[in-house]
Amino acid sequence: MSLPLSIPLWLPAAAAFLALLLPAIATRALVILGALGTFAWSIWAIIDFERSARGLQNVTDEIWVKQLGIHYKLGIDGLNLFLIALAAFIFLVCLVWAAFQSGPARPHPKQFFLFFAIAESAVLGALMAQDLALFVLFFDLMLLPFLFLTGIWGPESTRVAAITKLFIYTLVGSLLMLAAAIATGVLVSQQTGNDLSFAFSDLAKVTLPSGSQNWIFLCFAAAFLVKMPAFPVHGWMPDGYRNMPLPVLAVFSAVLSKVAAYGFLRVVIPIFPDASAHFQDLMLVLALGSILYGSAMAFTTSESRLVLGYSSVAQLGFITLGIFALNGDGAQGAILQAVNHGLVVAPAFVIVAYLAARTGGSEDIRDMGGIAFRAPVLAALFLIVTLANLAMPGSSNFVGEFLILLGVFHSKLVIAVIAFTGVGMAAVYSLRLFIKTMHNRVGADVESRDISFREGLVLVPLVAVILFFALYPQLALHKGERTINRSVSAAGAISGSDKALATHPEITVIR
Amino acid sequence: MLLATVAKPTIDWAGTSPLLALLGGAIIVLLAGLLRGRFIREQLVPLLTVVAFGTAIGLGIWQWGEGKELFVARGSQGALRLDELTLMITFVVSVTGIGAVLLSWRALAPREAAHGEYFALMLTSAAGMVILAAAQNLVTVFLGLELLSVPLYVLCATEMRRERSLESGLKYLIIGSVGSATFLYGLAFIYGGTGGTDFRDIAAAISGGTAKDSLLLTGIALTLVGLAFKASIAPFHQWTPDVYEGAPTPVTAWMAVATKAAAFGGALRIFDVALIDAHADWAPMIAALAAITIIVGNVGALSQSSLKRLLAWSSVAQAGYLLAGLVGASKLGVQATVFYLSVYLFMNLAAFAVIVAREREAPFGDDIRSVAGIGVSRPLLAWPMTLAMLSLAGMPATAGFIGKFTLIDAAADAGYTWLGVVIVVGSMISLAYYLKVVAAMWMRPAGAGEVATVDGSPRLAGADPAAERADWEVTLVAVLAGAAIVVFGVVPSPLLNLAGDAGRALGLL
Repeated sequence: MSLPLSIPLWLPAAAAFLALLLPAIATRALVILGALGTFAWSIWAIIDFERSARGLQNVTDEIWVKQLGIHYKLGIDGLNLFLIALAAFIFLVCLVWAAFQSGPARPHPKQFFLFFAIAESAVLGALMAQDLALFVLFFDLMLLPFLFLTGIWGPESTRVAAITKLFIYTLVGSLLMLAAAIATGVLVSQQTGNDLSFAFSDLAKVTLPSGSQNWIFLCFAAAFLVKMPAFPVHGWMPDGYRNMPLPVLAVFSAVLSKVAAYGFLRVVIPIFPDASAHFQDLMLVLALGSILYGSAMAFTTSESRLVLGYSSVAQLGFITLGIFALNGDGAQGAILQAVNHGLVVAPAFVIVAYLAARTGGSEDIRDMGGIAFRAPVLAALFLIVTLANLAMPGSSNFVGEFLILLGVFHSKLVIAVIAFTGVGMAAVYSLRLFIKTMHNRVGADVESRDISFREGLVLVPLVAVILFFALYPQLALHKGERTINRSVSAAGAISGSDKALATHPEITVIR
Repeated sequence: MLLATVAKPTIDWAGTSPLLALLGGAIIVLLAGLLRGRFIREQLVPLLTVVAFGTAIGLGIWQWGEGKELFVARGSQGALRLDELTLMITFVVSVTGIGAVLLSWRALAPREAAHGEYFALMLTSAAGMVILAAAQNLVTVFLGLELLSVPLYVLCATEMRRERSLESGLKYLIIGSVGSATFLYGLAFIYGGTGGTDFRDIAAAISGGTAKDSLLLTGIALTLVGLAFKASIAPFHQWTPDVYEGAPTPVTAWMAVATKAAAFGGALRIFDVALIDAHADWAPMIAALAAITIIVGNVGALSQSSLKRLLAWSSVAQAGYLLAGLVGASKLGVQATVFYLSVYLFMNLAAFAVIVAREREAPFGDDIRSVAGIGVSRPLLAWPMTLAMLSLAGMPATAGFIGKFTLIDAAADAGYTWLGVVIVVGSMISLAYYLKVVAAMWMRPAGAGEVATVDGSPRLAGADPAAERADWEVTLVAVLAGAAIVVFGVVPSPLLNLAGDAGRALGLL
């Protein structure tokens, strides 16, 4: 039978705490082993997952704080299955990356790995949690390690200002969410007369009055939009991205933003369907704003990190668009795209690091260029990543964006039409980054050399998974279809956006 | 005629025993302090103080769940009540006391104040705190308040040769007296409005409709103001930063936690027992005060560079959070307040222990520079401080998170969801200054400016920092309190149960 979810959840953190007691040489190995164990479990969980079963699988349900109705309830379903695997995979790769490259983890490698592993456990906890209070707890907790990871290992002159900004920005949202979550629990228990309980299953049974739903929705939306980040609450992003060490940034960008997108599908839309329908237009417009603003910024900035940062803003705009299409197509596309974006942005940051190592430390794309001839392997890998990022037909990202746009097309035609331009702009900024770094004239301080074995160890698995998903995108779609459709069905019915549900055109298209 | 009805009260000695342990301890400590031996004064006296606090805790555990009236005169309610609320406050006060004694052990303050007096004053004020939390009669309430205040005025000024300490004591004396006077005035009005000093009589007068509204409302308002002075609730908080900064740090730690616990214990009993039926009148008043206090405290803390001032402002904000538990007048609210007071104890004790340690190790006093870089050089101090700051800010996996959770829960349950939102807005603002401390510890280079001394004392230039390690008991307090923050953040249920018992003891819904 299946393992209790607590084991893969706490394994990384437990390994890192254990590693504190061991000599430094064993630290890396033990921490990587912990992350590897969780990753292996996540693969197995995908294989083991019953597609046809209803509801949660592999549920752990204990009462944690009885007086407050907080359950320690974990479970997996189609909604979080692939995001958990994504998180486990990206964390593992980035750990290996941080462990085998000199630089990021010094000084104090033990602490670095400890915080890294706590971050992994917290992210997995947020993805697995099936209790609102527990979700909020993990959602806030996952930010804490990044405070230290950025503040201790970031560039000395600017890091404190950056983390202050990052922290206050993101916690403005998260703490409002805490108040909103408690209010939800209290209102539900007052309405039903039952004891206080925060389990999603208990909360979803009750429909709150739309007045309460509306303000609670806005609090949750603030938390998730800031974390994504979405335009216009992305203000922390440039400073935050500039100051994180690259392996840290890779997981932050690839995984943490997805938890926010996931939060919409897990918490907001099923529990507050009326408000979701009510604010659908607002959210779609914000998503559109993110796409256009992110794209425009991505092809004007010259810092390679920020190109990727703004491209993430645009991509998460797409994901939000899919979520608030409020129908099965859009939501499935959003989950698929969340996995895809994570898989694309992490290798992109790895490549930024490798390029920076070849240009004497500069991450400005004006200092790069022309290394494709001497480094064909690196260039080829980067090309795959780039093409996936711009959603080339044949890539899994294409399927994801297609589904998202299809969903929006069914619910809000005008917005879909404008969003199509975002696809074109993605090609511009992705190719710009590729051409400027790989082709053109060789930069002044550029030392062209191909990737070493160690570098390949990190990059090749990431690219291999992109290729795998390009071939089998339906893997992610099939397993999740049922739960994902259900999570948006109530809100979709209210807003009238679920016209596409009946026919399932996407399945025929993909097959 | 009045005199004729006064009879000798029945005294339940077992129920009074925790209080007697503190008062008796004060006398023994004072007498022991008169002896000449250095060992007795410097080692035995603090030890006896710890024993007194420990005995109070032990007797409290013995009396847990008894729920009885003490000092019952015929036909009236007991002057004090021993129940779970009293005992929880006793525990909070006594644990803080033990911590403060350890922090004072080798400090300057008790040496200047002849050891015995210092520790005896501490025990006396502890007894006052217990009385305040246990009192159910307007006269005993005031007695408790004064018994806790007067020794504190003296304690603040114990570092007699330091101007700031004297200033702190004097300021506290003046402002505290204004607070006490206002409080007394309020009590008089309540008596005038209801015709009783027993809480039972007051409650009966209010619910029976025989109370005079104008007098009663004035009385409630003035009583609230008096308590607000003691618990540093805005806009009656102005004394807090100066007094906290000037007082010897162990005294500040003692004052920050124990006074607040006692003031809130007293407030819970006055408002949730005596004035419970006037709830609709005072709840909006308290909610407004809470909101003001949260905002004022957090904004005030933003620009502070002295850690003690920073914690003073933060304690103002925390008092605002605590008020949220009072607003609901519910079992949930009492539970939330008592739980938060208990965890607040550990957060502050950890923070103040680190400040004491760094005052002894580094030349910066309580300036934020004193903790710069200790993440590398003194992890055993840096971790408790980090946990304390994160917990005060309400980050998850710390006791502060659960505490905020219960408070917001209580506020939302009482229909004051907006106050819950104010609490989280306050937490957001507070992050800016709590993070500043965390950043200083972990993210500033170690020993920045350690050579450049402030007061020109030559002792630091080139000195080996290892040689200046603070005494073990200070580190011990910091580490234990830090551990408690995490333990109660992960396993809050036992403490919540105890706090819940306190809530039930008041007989609320």
